[in-house]
Amino acid sequence: MKFSNVMLETATKIIIFIVLTFSTYLFFAGHHNPGGGFIGGLVMTAAIVLFYMTFDVVTAREVIPVNFRKIGAFGALIAVTTGVGSFLFDVPFLTQSFTYVDLPLFGETELATSLLFDVGVFLAVIGSVMTIILSISEDV
Amino acid sequence: MNNIITLPILIPLLTGIFLIFFRSIPLQKWISAIALIVTTGVSAYIIHLISTHGILTLQLGGWEAPYGITLVADMFAALLVLTTAMVSLCCLYYAFGTVGKNRERFYFFSFFLFLVAGVNGSFFTGDIFNLFVCFELMLISSYVLLSLGGERIQLRETIKYLLINIISSMIFVLAIAYLYGITGTLNMADLSVKVAEIGQDGLLTTVSLLFLVVFGLKAALFLYFWLPGSYSAPPPAVAALFGALLTKVGIYAIFRTFTLIFYHQPEVTHTLMMWMAALTMILGTIGAVAHWDVKKIIVYNVIVAVGLIIFGLSVFSSVSLIGSLYYFVHDMIIKALLFLLAGAVIIIARTHKLHEISGLIRHHPYLGWLFFIAALSLAGIPPFGGFIGKVFITQGGLENGDYIVAGIGLFTSLLVLYSVMKIFLNGFWGETILSKKEEGKVKNVLLPCSILAALTILLGLGAEWTYVYFEQAVEGLMNPNFYIQAVLHD
Amino acid sequence: METLMTITAGILLSIGTYLILTKSLLRIVLGTSIFTHGVHIMLLSMAGLKTGAVPLLGEDAAAYTDPIPQALMLTSIVISFALTAFFLVLSYRTYKTFGTDDMDQLRGSKYE
Repeated sequence: MKFSNVMLETATKIIIFIVLTFSTYLFFAGHHNPGGGFIGGLVMTAAIVLFYMTFDVVTAREVIPVNFRKIGAFGALIAVTTGVGSFLFDVPFLTQSFTYVDLPLFGETELATSLLFDVGVFLAVIGSVMTIILSISEDV
Repeated sequence: MNNIITLPILIPLLTGIFLIFFRSIPLQKWISAIALIVTTGVSAYIIHLISTHGILTLQLGGWEAPYGITLVADMFAALLVLTTAMVSLCCLYYAFGTVGKNRERFYFFSFFLFLVAGVNGSFFTGDIFNLFVCFELMLISSYVLLSLGGERIQLRETIKYLLINIISSMIFVLAIAYLYGITGTLNMADLSVKVAEIGQDGLLTTVSLLFLVVFGLKAALFLYFWLPGSYSAPPPAVAALFGALLTKVGIYAIFRTFTLIFYHQPEVTHTLMMWMAALTMILGTIGAVAHWDVKKIIVYNVIVAVGLIIFGLSVFSSVSLIGSLYYFVHDMIIKALLFLLAGAVIIIARTHKLHEISGLIRHHPYLGWLFFIAALSLAGIPPFGGFIGKVFITQGGLENGDYIVAGIGLFTSLLVLYSVMKIFLNGFWGETILSKKEEGKVKNVLLPCSILAALTILLGLGAEWTYVYFEQAVEGLMNPNFYIQAVLHD
Repeated sequence: METLMTITAGILLSIGTYLILTKSLLRIVLGTSIFTHGVHIMLLSMAGLKTGAVPLLGEDAAAYTDPIPQALMLTSIVISFALTAFFLVLSYRTYKTFGTDDMDQLRGSKYE
């Protein structure tokens, strides 16, 4: 059954970008301020779920052709591997370090290895939450 | 700086994540087996390091204790980690032939490895909140392993198991909250110092009893009502893993908290523990004797062993602790062995009702004699592994004047022997009623069982050789200062 | 403030316990999640509320609030989130398989 609601669809097309932007903001704010990979990931998931709700599952799967299980696993892999990186530098497991880099456009920016860890968390959250939600919603 | 002690946690964890990307099941089998073999090797090396260098600690991320999370590998934890690795390797190999395509496709091996990672993490962590996190990693994997396959009985039992564990985990968090409110720290070594400083008054003792309730629920110490149902639901390889590891982590937590942190009021806490242990032994034995169901008999034997190990702890002398530790390690091995053998019996006979099984030894002599060895070892007949543990525990109990509970321990051992011999006499002896064709097929069963049986014999005969390690472990348990020194003044 | 929070936690815990003791699976799931909320509030108020400034870099204050209970709570929330999700999926599967969500009928028979 094709369910369509013009108002919802129109609103979603705009709202999704606001939510995605907010998610990105939260993700990068997380290093020194409230926010971070987990919250960013959840907000991102909210956007994706909104997309799934407005347009049906089949369409959504065509637009976002990814396996969320693998995304989740990949995120977890990144998160753990950043910890393992400390083996190479002979410092305790999970040690983080940071440096200041002059990037074009951004000026002086702090780059921290914990950001990589956060990327892992971000992906892991999206992957696992989407897997759970889809597995409930798929068989009705 | 000992990054090596993260490896028994990291190797299974990383491998488990890696496996999600591989669709090929033979490849998954190979990789997971290799991961566990490496883990076994690393754990053995860690034991060697500890025996020469003393307790190993690692401040994660370079944050000094008591502010950061500390991993601590003392001899007690390391012995358990080595046993875990070996037992899980055997269960894994057994799972290859018995668990079935349906489960393998849904990431069975990944969750298997996550469970091992959670167990090893619980053993090595030096931070009580991190203990909770590792517990949860282990429990979440166990929920998945328990429900994987989706048979009716599995779904039903998983719900109960899940509910019990959610509630006990939340009581755990609550107890941690109280403890943090009183002492202001979570590092176990620091907690030990702080509790000794301010004295273990009534409030702290109450909190310690809350911990006893939580760990008692996880370890099936007296609060075991959830165990028989949920442990008889999953396939044998998973049940073996549960029986060998899950309750043992609870016991480990009781050991750790009551030897390191709350050891100031043994007349309250340890006495209570002793009577809980006595009741556990009695009630567990009644279950084991009364049931005529192969799975249920073995499951109730898990409960009896928990009682005996905790009895050794509650006596709290170095003799009884050595006994407890021997029995602890022995029990991990022997419970895995019994579950695997009982699983094989059930697969062959296609039923778990003991009245309908008879004369299996005619077609499966080797399996039968393995079961016989396992039964003797479980009951504590020399020269097998269970004997040494029971001797020391009983000796410690008698020296301390706890004649009644020590007597209960010995008496229940006899009944335990009866309960498993019941399986041997009814199932393996007697008239062979199944022809070769009617039997279910088992493969890959004998090798892991033989390894586990060899281990339990080795533990008994090689007691002279392993005694040094166990003695070092008990020395650490009796003197919390070693642990504190290693963590806080490194 | 701490007293009020403790009472709130107590109310949540009792509601959670009540729901867990009912027969319907869905109510039990909700009960566990309310139960965990009670525990989290307890955890948060254990170290004292509002004892100083926000524990962030760049805040210039004489005293800071203890960040550890918040970190613990966050961890615990994540875990209980995963558990609730799993519990929901499991209950749904059970409901589909058994055709009932009544705990009395999920008891299991003697002859299995």
